[in-house]
Amino acid sequence: MAAKTNPQRAGEVPSATFSAMTVVAPAVGWLVPGLGHMVQGRWWRGLLLFISVFAMFFLGLAMQGKIYAPNTGDILDMLGFVGNLGAGGLYIVSQGMGWGQGAVHRATADYGTKYMIVAGLLNLICAVDAYHIALRKKG
Amino acid sequence: MTIELSHFTATLLFAIFASIVFGITQRSTSREMVRYGLYCFCLFVGGVLLAGWAMWLLKH
Repeated sequence: MAAKTNPQRAGEVPSATFSAMTVVAPAVGWLVPGLGHMVQGRWWRGLLLFISVFAMFFLGLAMQGKIYAPNTGDILDMLGFVGNLGAGGLYIVSQGMGWGQGAVHRATADYGTKYMIVAGLLNLICAVDAYHIALRKKG
Repeated sequence: MTIELSHFTATLLFAIFASIVFGITQRSTSREMVRYGLYCFCLFVGGVLLAGWAMWLLKH
């Protein structure tokens, strides 16, 4: 007797499909915000994500926020570096141009620092989402 | 270039950008994305207003 195939039940997560895109999409998505979505054909989503992360990062720079370099000092400094690193190419360009190295001496500059850290963290969320799209876990 | 934002303006901008990212990454269809993004925005701004009034109460 032929085995019955099980139709997928409602609410079940489709099984993962590993491919080269599961590596490429999150990698380029980390490097350029939203690019991981664009390379998979989600143009508008990618564009909105790019605008959001880019704007948040550059607003942070404009508010004279601080960008953390790799360090092994205070735990908050290390976490700040991890957050900033999440911004990918934005962080690399900023470090190369020497941006965000001034002393934080105003309230708005502190906002700027937090803006850039959160921009990096949001970019990491975007990269993970691009990975899930590549895995076909979501549309 | 330097930008000076008021506290509330900084909050609003933060909420807008974070809500867009949350809406897109946490939902699958466009309609759900918009709804969830608006929901997140309301939570962000509402939370800030609530925290502000809570701090005022603590002070007074």
